[in-house]
Amino acid sequence: MLAQQLVNGLVVGSTYALFALGFTLMFGVLGVVNLTYGFYFSVGAFLALFATQHGASIWIALPLAALLSGCVAVVIDAALLTPLRRAKAPELASLMVTLGATMLLYSLANAALSTDIRRFPPGVIDATAIEVAGIRISMTQGLIIAAAGVMVSALLWVMNATRLGLGLRALAERPDVAGLMGVNAGALVRLVSLLSGALAGASGVLIGLNYNAIQPYMGEVMMLKGFAVIILGGLGDIRGALVAGLVVGMLETLTAGYVASSWKDAVGFVLLVLTLWIRPSGLFGRLAVKRA
Amino acid sequence: MAEFLDDFLFTYQNLVYSLGVNGLLALSIYVVLAVGQLSIGQAAFMGLGAYVSALLTVKLGVAFPLVLLAAMITPALAALVVGAPTLRLSGVYLALATIGLGEVQRIVFINAEFTGGALGLSGIPTRGGLISIYGSLALALVAFVCVARSKIGRAMEAMREDELAAGALGVDLPAYKLGALVVSAMLAGLAGALNAHVSSFISPNDYGFDAAVTILSFALLGGIGSPFGPVLGAFILTLLPEVLRPLADYKTVVNGAIIVVAVIFMPRGLLAWRMGRAGAAFRRPK
Amino acid sequence: MSAPSLEIAQLTVRFGGLAAVDDVSFAVAPGRVHGLIGPNGAGKTTLFNLVCGLVAPTSGAIRLDGQRIDALPSWGRSKLGLARTFQNIRMFNDMSVLETVMTGMHAGLAESLPAVLLRLPSFRRAERAALEKAWELIDFVGLADAAQRRSGDLPYGDQRRLEIARALACEPRLLLLDEPAAGMNPSETHALEELLERLKGRGVTMLLVEHDMHFVMRLCDEITVLNFGRKIAQGAPVDVRADPAVVEAYLGAKVARSLEAPR
Ligand SMILES: Nc1ncnc2c1ncn2[C@@H]1O[C@H](COP(=O)(O)OP(=O)(O)OP(=O)(O)O)[C@@H](O)[C@H]1O
Ligand SMILES: [Mg+2]
Repeated sequence: MLAQQLVNGLVVGSTYALFALGFTLMFGVLGVVNLTYGFYFSVGAFLALFATQHGASIWIALPLAALLSGCVAVVIDAALLTPLRRAKAPELASLMVTLGATMLLYSLANAALSTDIRRFPPGVIDATAIEVAGIRISMTQGLIIAAAGVMVSALLWVMNATRLGLGLRALAERPDVAGLMGVNAGALVRLVSLLSGALAGASGVLIGLNYNAIQPYMGEVMMLKGFAVIILGGLGDIRGALVAGLVVGMLETLTAGYVASSWKDAVGFVLLVLTLWIRPSGLFGRLAVKRA
Repeated sequence: MAEFLDDFLFTYQNLVYSLGVNGLLALSIYVVLAVGQLSIGQAAFMGLGAYVSALLTVKLGVAFPLVLLAAMITPALAALVVGAPTLRLSGVYLALATIGLGEVQRIVFINAEFTGGALGLSGIPTRGGLISIYGSLALALVAFVCVARSKIGRAMEAMREDELAAGALGVDLPAYKLGALVVSAMLAGLAGALNAHVSSFISPNDYGFDAAVTILSFALLGGIGSPFGPVLGAFILTLLPEVLRPLADYKTVVNGAIIVVAVIFMPRGLLAWRMGRAGAAFRRPK
Repeated sequence: MSAPSLEIAQLTVRFGGLAAVDDVSFAVAPGRVHGLIGPNGAGKTTLFNLVCGLVAPTSGAIRLDGQRIDALPSWGRSKLGLARTFQNIRMFNDMSVLETVMTGMHAGLAESLPAVLLRLPSFRRAERAALEKAWELIDFVGLADAAQRRSGDLPYGDQRRLEIARALACEPRLLLLDEPAAGMNPSETHALEELLERLKGRGVTMLLVEHDMHFVMRLCDEITVLNFGRKIAQGAPVDVRADPAVVEAYLGAKVARSLEAPR
């Protein structure tokens, strides 16, 4: 029983980690809290839904949805945040703009798509579950755990061991002088948006598959969880996002199992407030600071 | 004439109340923005005030003035809990923490029995009304004007423009930020209590994320050069759906669009006028 | 003997691997003008940031009139009589010139919240006095004609003088000036020099960073030279100018720049 709970927690935690990853990448490199991030999650899920409804296999729908969500992210960043960057607007201006944009986008999506819950066509993914020592784990769940692990490793490798990562870190440290160091800042900003949007989109598809319930506001719910995860993990910290995602997921599942399922959604936010009180820099302790 | 006024009030009573309440909410976000911070928890503070006041009135029959006092103190305490650790950090942390506060609170209201669960509380007796709502609004406006034209107002504008320089000039940044957040929570709580006692019914979802964003759009539309801007913004955004009926279904779209447009193209808002910051005439003394 | 106005002891700060200020010690006696010079990136601004509390030291001590101040936040130090100007001007753009100067009086102005809300006589008196003093200060720096203008609209040189007025508004015991003449034309520089001479005449203690050597040599009583975060020389202007280590530091920097230029 406990073992099954822990595995379920691992799955939920991996979904949070997967979701938080792109969000924290955006903050880490671009320095903005982009609240439209949750919307790309919804976009990914819907695109995959439409593609599979038109007969595409999930293995085509998944990368396609991820790529297109990434493109949406690039467009939104260019339309809303690039002007603010150019005007050297205060950091909270970008937060406010994306806050307004989220409202706008969700309301429009809602009007266009309705809040009805939709489901993937039956048989879109192999539904048989593997059972080991009495613990059941489905194909989608396995995929989610694997994706979270692979993505985090890949991102850490890119950031720490490649030329691209060097450029990204330069951009994160000194956006003003990165250009002088031969870094094409504009292109990197677009690349980061594309990557983060694709991560959000992919996790939207995977999580949509797991719960098989898709509706426009699914990204907003995830986004609120995402805050808890990224603060606990440390804003902008990739490793932290993974660990914090797992912690929140596990604790939620245990709360649902041993306290009451209606309280599980409070777990993340209680952790958030506790983190801010005790260790605002997050698990691994790198505080996002402003330079004098 | 008096008869006409009575008729008018009867027909538009709720609208008239909303205008005043939203004006108070606009002032509550104004204080936070005026020190260069962002709170997305104004709806939560309002909800806390509403629930505390409704419970005190319905379950304990406490006198209305005391109810209002409690409705201001409770959110102030919540503001301390969220603000004290975050206000020393970059502004992003306060914004995210206040979102967290709103969510925790919503979950508690939905799940706790004494708050009536997801259905909320109903049968709240009518208290206060026009005089207390508009009296509070007027008092708050006068207070903010007085504060703006003093060393406090100068310090607030300075830290909004350039926190680092303000700190180097002796402005105690954490104290000012925390003070602003606490005052803002008290105002929002007051608005929540006044509103609960003229609408007889409250539910957890009235005080969610959407409400917080709407409150922010008041201030951004009106502009924060003076306390009058946010109130103007609140009046416009409250009246707009009444005047243009078709807009009523797209309130969130409009509010979202207003924030986007205001931040990018109109950072000073509609009322771009900036109030002077001295408590004496600028004339050159002889 | 009274305590030095400012005393810096074995002050060090590291940013990652870089020691931007490395084991620097010196003292400024009351009423004196102390120059701080060195090539670009030597750590002068960082030293200012350390003194006024914008950067926390890795080790070392800072004393203002004999009192340790390194644990205080920047606003706490300002209350003890420390004021500064910034290398990259930091204006409150929307404020008028008068309001900007009045903002500088923040720490010394006694206005309680009840007095503000009720417009008590004590508040009115304080504001009137502040305004009067602000007029005096802008007269002093020569900005009286611009009193009601928006600070952000002033020309560059005027903004620098406004920053000085804003810093003087709190009647500092120690004034830190970070490249006050940067970007000024010769006549503005000359006016500034006169202004600082008058300040010196009033007995204001100053720590001055400036790249214009003639300016520094004429104004300062004593000079400290930094290079790569380390103190390489200190003494009277004539001695420092003749010091081979100083010549080499500046020459080295110049040669390095001329080598870089063609690329
Ligand atoms: N907050 C910081 N983080 C990392 N490095 C910093 C920081 N502040 C300054 N530095 C570095 O410390 C060194 C000293 O910089 P500083 O600005 O103090 O030099 P400076 O002597 O004022 O030069 P200039 O004459 O160009 O103004 C530089 O290499 C700079 O890049
Ligand atoms: Mg410098």
